[in-house]
Amino acid sequence: MIAEKQLSFPGPETITRRVLDNGIIVLARQNPASPSVVVRGLLHVGANDDPADKPGLASFTTEALDRGTTSRSFSEINEAVEAVGASFGIGSGRHTASFGTKSLVDDLDLVLDITADVLRNPTFPSQEIEKLRGQLITMLQERENNTRAVAEDFFRELAYPNHPYGRPADGTLESVRAITRDDIEMFYRQTFSPVRGAATPMLVSIVGAIEPEAAIARIDKYFGSWNTQRDIPRQHQAELPPLQPITEIRRRSRTMPGKSQSDIVVGCHGIKRNDPDYLAASMANMILGVLGLMGRLGHNVRDEKGLAYYAASRLEARLGEGPWVAYAGVNPKNVNLAVDSILEEFRRMGDEPVTEQELSDAKAYLTGSMPLSLETNEGVAQTLLDLELYQLGLDYLQRYPDLVRAITAGEIQTVSQKYLHTDAYALSVAGPE
Amino acid sequence: MPVQDVLEAKLENGLTVLLRESHAAPVASFFVWYRIGSRNEVPGITGVSHWIEHMLFKGTPTFPKGEISKAIQRLGGVWNAFTWQDYTAYYEIVPAENLDLPLRLEADRMANALFDPVEVESERTVIISERQMYENRPWYLLQEAAQAVIYRTHPYRYPVIGEMCDLQSMTRADLYNYYRRHYVPNNAVAVAVGDFSAPAVLERIHQLYGQIPAGAPPEPVRAKEPPQLGERRITVKGPGVTNYLLMGYHSPPVDSQDFMPIMVLSTILGGAAPMGMGGGSSANRTSRLYKALVETELASGVTTSQRAGRDPSIFSVYCTAQGDHTLAEIEAVVLAQIEKMRQEPITSAELERAIKQTRAQFAYSHESVSSQAYWLGFAETVSTYNFFLTYAERLAEVTPEAVLRVAQTYLIPDLRTTGNYLAQNEKARLTGEATPAAAAAAGIGQ
Repeated sequence: MIAEKQLSFPGPETITRRVLDNGIIVLARQNPASPSVVVRGLLHVGANDDPADKPGLASFTTEALDRGTTSRSFSEINEAVEAVGASFGIGSGRHTASFGTKSLVDDLDLVLDITADVLRNPTFPSQEIEKLRGQLITMLQERENNTRAVAEDFFRELAYPNHPYGRPADGTLESVRAITRDDIEMFYRQTFSPVRGAATPMLVSIVGAIEPEAAIARIDKYFGSWNTQRDIPRQHQAELPPLQPITEIRRRSRTMPGKSQSDIVVGCHGIKRNDPDYLAASMANMILGVLGLMGRLGHNVRDEKGLAYYAASRLEARLGEGPWVAYAGVNPKNVNLAVDSILEEFRRMGDEPVTEQELSDAKAYLTGSMPLSLETNEGVAQTLLDLELYQLGLDYLQRYPDLVRAITAGEIQTVSQKYLHTDAYALSVAGPE
Repeated sequence: MPVQDVLEAKLENGLTVLLRESHAAPVASFFVWYRIGSRNEVPGITGVSHWIEHMLFKGTPTFPKGEISKAIQRLGGVWNAFTWQDYTAYYEIVPAENLDLPLRLEADRMANALFDPVEVESERTVIISERQMYENRPWYLLQEAAQAVIYRTHPYRYPVIGEMCDLQSMTRADLYNYYRRHYVPNNAVAVAVGDFSAPAVLERIHQLYGQIPAGAPPEPVRAKEPPQLGERRITVKGPGVTNYLLMGYHSPPVDSQDFMPIMVLSTILGGAAPMGMGGGSSANRTSRLYKALVETELASGVTTSQRAGRDPSIFSVYCTAQGDHTLAEIEAVVLAQIEKMRQEPITSAELERAIKQTRAQFAYSHESVSSQAYWLGFAETVSTYNFFLTYAERLAEVTPEAVLRVAQTYLIPDLRTTGNYLAQNEKARLTGEATPAAAAAAGIGQ
């Protein structure tokens, strides 16, 4: 029964993987029960590529891609996509730029045609760049007035000095005002490419009401001829500088008059997704601040002490060593009490093994929840991209339950000791006096 | 997949049951909706419905505090609850073979929640903290102030989270009496969608819920909003540098024949509303207001919404000012677009696109069991579940004349409330106490 169920998870038998001539890797899976098709993709360009004096350049460039192409204006793109109720989105992260579409199967050609056009032939019209700049500035000003966003930005600055992770991915008011159209065009020409170095090809997954070979043929039709080698040489993605460990307690706070609540972010450096410690750390994080009602943090800070509506933890394990943090929103008079409670839970994770009950609950959830995360086309498409991006193997979902079941309380304690420190961490607070 | 196939039943105690098989994925979703929300509240106990929702996670004799969530998660499931003006709803999404536990949990807490006095007190500060989280957001402050003015007598004027003074003073007895009074099967709708046999699930619901006694029918909400005799204007001042504009008009309830035309009007003015569970964002870069405000760089964003309420509702326009543009400039442009809606019929191309967009959203909404269960339950709670099943076809019947008629009926200047959020531009003070090295790296002192 269990073996049969595991085989129904996407695996080598039901995922079709193909490398196109220009290096793009395509993963396809059919979902006959669905009327729609979801496409997800990513290119290896992101905020880590920003020049140190131009934070936000990758984000600005990515946002600007759909503002006009050699054959379509911004409004023509919008009219075409929205007329059929399809969606098209593109966004910028720290390591990658990602895109996605959702449409009824009959409109797949239309959305792929536009997606390829936007990625391959953007013209960055000056007038549209200025409009976008105004929107980005407003967005940054709103962030500056958001206690949670300010606390997150401060945390990154404290935890990752002299590292791209410490810079704001969306830039600053100063940098976004200063970035020129030429900066954007040059950045695009240097970095947007189906292949940036052998290890970093563009990835596309396509899931839904289309047979895999037909799906791959469609991706090939729109992206297979994208060759950038004859153009100006592409820059390979730069290696990240080594992390400087946090060796002391770093604190920073901002008073934001007129606010009702303070936001706290406290934590350390975490790990990469393909680190051998990942599953143990992920389970530690679930026990610390996710499972039940926000794990031990929720139990301590919310349930026992009534200090907060949210007190939870987050492990950002992707291509680099992202943060492992706890965050909470509390009344300003309770900031110190909440921070002490969070640090107490960090300490307990390292000092004591988690209980048998906590361990078995976490395992049951991680293995049992797979059908839920794979219910929709979006869920499957994202999972396929992750399998490829983190080199997990097409059979990973089938191996996953056994991998989870093998994790011990000792391993969870060891990773907690290794990464969650109570004498060396970064702490940021933003809120009223 | 056909959108019919709903097995509807009513138990003797009045519980409405809606079941729908969906075999696309091995998952199932279960919701219990109660027709109780801020709409049923009065001053002194505003926020009671939402607080009760929190207390239903604090245990029963059978499932002690914390056990509910743990039990669901052990099965690989997720759960949550939400409270709004017209309803309070609880849900679980689980691998389909584990549906029995949610059925038992919800039957249990329909009648047996403990409301331990210690837990009531501990939750008081949690909910106050939740309210303070909202108060940190300019849009929340503006919305809360505007709805208290748009409605003079109807309870839709109260915030769902509750007024701070009520959160500070409400008692355990207030909460428990309200719970016992309103958490009765004849005031509830149970919905399951997923990979199961509907007759078998119905039989199990009979076993679990059949013996819960019916209660007195809920008190009808008697308040009726008196006519508005002229435009109302409010100002909210708060931190930040960005100004926001909200314009609200009295609009029809969900059961009105004017509801679908005003949904089309909203789509054309401000963009299509996504139909996934919990909303989500839909690009709306072709709407009239986007072209008039965002393309012209007056605003960085604009949306419209028509609330789907049991009682007469609100049609709203929300704008975020960009650069140095004043809210007065933006307001003038919105009013010109609204006036155009009142003067000229929409084009058939606009209508066709609005219908196509909604059809696609409707098709997507059938791809997850939780989205289907959400919509069936929501529709049955505020109207009838047929509201959801026939949504697309009723939309297709909307004509340009009907949209013109509702624009002329509802978007009347004297029936408008205009709210301004004026940012006070107070320079946030920086009080860094980082180590010197980190401070230098982080650029403290700029």
